Amino acid sequence: MTDRFAGERLKLSPFYPREEALNIREAWSSWNGYKFAEYYYDPEFEYFCVRNLCATYDITPMQKYEIRGRDAEAMLNRMVTRDVSKIGMNRVAYCLWCTDEGRMIDDGTIFKLADDRFMLTCGSPCTAWLRKSAFGFEDVTVTDITDDLAALSLQGPTSCATLKRMGLDGIDTAKPFDIMHFPYHGDTLMVSRTGFTGDLGYELWIEPGLGLQMWDDLYAAGEDCGIQPYGEAATNMARLESAFIMPAMEFNEALRTVNLDHDQTPFELSLGWLVDFRKPHFSGRAALLEHKKRGPKYTLTKLDIEGNRPAEGAFIYSNKRCTREIGYVTSAMWSPAVKANIALAMIKTEHLDGELWAEIHYEKELRQYHRVAKCTRKKKPFWAPDRARATPPPDS
Amino acid sequence: MSNYDAIVIGAGHNGLTNAAYLAKAGLDVVVLEKNEYIGGAAVSRELQEGWKYSSCSYVCSMMRQAIHRDLDLGRHGLILVPYLGTVNFGDGDERLFQYHDEEASHLELMRHSPHDADAMHRFQTDLTRYSQLIRKTLMRTPPEPTSLRPRDLMEFLYLARQFWSLGEKEIYEYVRFFTMSAAEFLEDYFENDLVKAAMASPGIIGTALGVYSPGSSYILLHHVMGDVDGSIGAWGLARGGMGAISDAIAGAVKENGGEIRTNAGVQQVLVEGRKAVGVVLENGDEIRADIVVSNLDAKRTFTRIMDRNDLPDGIYEKAKNFKIRGSSGKVNIALSGLPKFTGVPDNPYINRGGQGFTGSLETMERAYDCWKHGGWSDDPFVESVIPSAWDPTVAPTGQHWMSNFVQYCPPELADGPWTPEKRDAFGESVISKIERYSPGFRDLIVHMEVRTPHEIENEIGLTEGNIFQGELTIDQLFFNRPFPGYGQYRMPVKNMYMCGSSTHPGGGVSSVCGANAAREILLDLRRTNTVPEDDFYDE
Repeated sequence: MTDRFAGERLKLSPFYPREEALNIREAWSSWNGYKFAEYYYDPEFEYFCVRNLCATYDITPMQKYEIRGRDAEAMLNRMVTRDVSKIGMNRVAYCLWCTDEGRMIDDGTIFKLADDRFMLTCGSPCTAWLRKSAFGFEDVTVTDITDDLAALSLQGPTSCATLKRMGLDGIDTAKPFDIMHFPYHGDTLMVSRTGFTGDLGYELWIEPGLGLQMWDDLYAAGEDCGIQPYGEAATNMARLESAFIMPAMEFNEALRTVNLDHDQTPFELSLGWLVDFRKPHFSGRAALLEHKKRGPKYTLTKLDIEGNRPAEGAFIYSNKRCTREIGYVTSAMWSPAVKANIALAMIKTEHLDGELWAEIHYEKELRQYHRVAKCTRKKKPFWAPDRARATPPPDS
Repeated sequence: MSNYDAIVIGAGHNGLTNAAYLAKAGLDVVVLEKNEYIGGAAVSRELQEGWKYSSCSYVCSMMRQAIHRDLDLGRHGLILVPYLGTVNFGDGDERLFQYHDEEASHLELMRHSPHDADAMHRFQTDLTRYSQLIRKTLMRTPPEPTSLRPRDLMEFLYLARQFWSLGEKEIYEYVRFFTMSAAEFLEDYFENDLVKAAMASPGIIGTALGVYSPGSSYILLHHVMGDVDGSIGAWGLARGGMGAISDAIAGAVKENGGEIRTNAGVQQVLVEGRKAVGVVLENGDEIRADIVVSNLDAKRTFTRIMDRNDLPDGIYEKAKNFKIRGSSGKVNIALSGLPKFTGVPDNPYINRGGQGFTGSLETMERAYDCWKHGGWSDDPFVESVIPSAWDPTVAPTGQHWMSNFVQYCPPELADGPWTPEKRDAFGESVISKIERYSPGFRDLIVHMEVRTPHEIENEIGLTEGNIFQGELTIDQLFFNRPFPGYGQYRMPVKNMYMCGSSTHPGGGVSSVCGANAAREILLDLRRTNTVPEDDFYDE
């Protein structure tokens, strides 16, 4: 029987057969057209696997582009704000790119795989912007390889131990942002020491046909290391503790922003360190110089908030009486690892050094309450364990 | 001349917490510990290479978030992690699975009794309501009932308001609750024997009471009033074992300039003119300080390290009669693999979390009978956890350790003192009980540590091995803890304080006693308070 709804069914990741078996809560959502787990068993437990054991996150739906050709580097260098020529061979760099107005389109990672071959990954589809960026370059091809490359992120303190048990000899020598290649069933398994959790972790890239094989090998190796799949909910917790930004949370993609000024500059997102004015021209350069000179109107700020009620959607005020509004919370949670009520907030830069108060609304048994809580600015990420930077990393 | 502003005797977690807050207030503090390791009953010990036992306390739920956060224990290396799934084993083939998920738990209860599945909601709701009230008293010093000082009166008013807000019916229920047995309390909710037994078991842990003894329902509450990140009643593990908690607090002590000395057992508290002025160590060294804080239990403090003649009349007797009965044993087992249990599915969320070898209310009561007669039961109640299945740092990868808490185990045997042979025979009763539900379990054993009250008392100094530093019965709770008239951490000798679980709010790795005592000390010294208010007042 033909599926009457075939046209609007979600795509399935190569790992789906295993994920389906493990998603006993049937908690699905979607990402870039793929059926995607919100969580598998319990969001908080999965979050703790990332912080305490190890866990996998299916990043197949992340957009992946291969950029090839003699001009690949130059093209990327004109598109993103960071200096791509400085990325070493088999290294990964976190980048962002902006419109000519210096507003952020998206962020992502660039993998340098050869002098004339790069991979760009990002959260949202970017084909049109990439093609625009390639305009004028003679020898560059951009290929969307999203469906041709399965990818699984393995994060957590036992992740390196798991990969070693899987037989990836030498993986413990990989430094953060290193890429290594391992022969795997007649193909190549690419492993990068990257992730979105702020913890020790790796991302595994494989030909889709070998996806299930890799999953099974990984789970066999990781069984005694507490391996567990995790979904979007746990990812969002882990990334917030590490103060990583999320589209549609901390920033509104410039190309999808209706109201001018609702999008952000990298400086507003405290990502000025990713903008390199020493390199030649790149998209948004002139506007960004101007933004830098004027200073950001808002600044993304890490907050530690008193009490234990997450400040989701809260306004920020400069006085306890809440009469002078100076910003808004973009993401908030109670952090189980840090034992703190944390948040990221956009706050008008001129008020950063003053008092900060959040008006928090919450519900108890259907009754609505609100309280005003004092906020303290934090300079460093809420969670940044030494193991995330250590090479070789510890086994647990 | 004083060497220090304050001496804290005993580096258990409450002593360390107390020292951390005193040091934070600028006091020059030294913590004196008789053992070569710190932590007291919150300790991780490597007795077999590669295995780290939480050899005494083994799970954590009462640690107050406000303190965890305020002392920044996370930065000092502490992370509390959850474990999932508990199986309660009936006397026969019955199994009760306590899943993490509410729906799954409901379906499981339906299998046993649709009535109980339904009643569980009411039970959890009532228990949450009761514990909410108790939780509000935790980080507050109990008022003296006979005092007319404004502070005590205000505190009484506060408590009365909280209590009154429950409403008439609930007030009656509440008072009843404090005096009931766990079994009677549960009778009102459940019909299934295993469900009742499973729910009753927290009512006897650590206490010399049976499930049918009046007062055991409060013990039940005491065990469920903790939480993990706001999920009341949940229990977690400290990554690296319970010693990680003590180590983290010790980190906070040192960061604030405090000092910790191990192998420094206190022989005697020095009292001059009814004032504590210091201590003499077992090695004869004398250390003087303006303030002496004892983290030892009340009985040990007043009958072992203080001269009877230094105490006001009656205190020695009160201390001697302080109810601190040893009732529990602990068997820590290193295993070469994960044990398999009969009748338990191969579901990782349920087959490696907690195991309650619960039996039935009757089995538990029979075990209590044996204790009363100075023996142990061949069919003991055992509460087990396999921490290594959730914490990768406490056993070699692929191998495990199992913590087995045993109720009951007498401090003294009817047929004479404990001997290594009797201790091993006690251990054997636990192994054979587990083996009954896990054939082949015995073959997995790599190493074993058996702890009777005798070992617990001699190693970490808890009188009779009582895990709460004194029974949690109403006569010894709140302003009566440890004894009437001394419920505010100040001791009968001037400049001397207590900060252990013998004080309000009692046992558990909560850090509260130590923190509350610090608040009182700083008040007496007219120093700025460094102890936080509880985060949960807006619950």
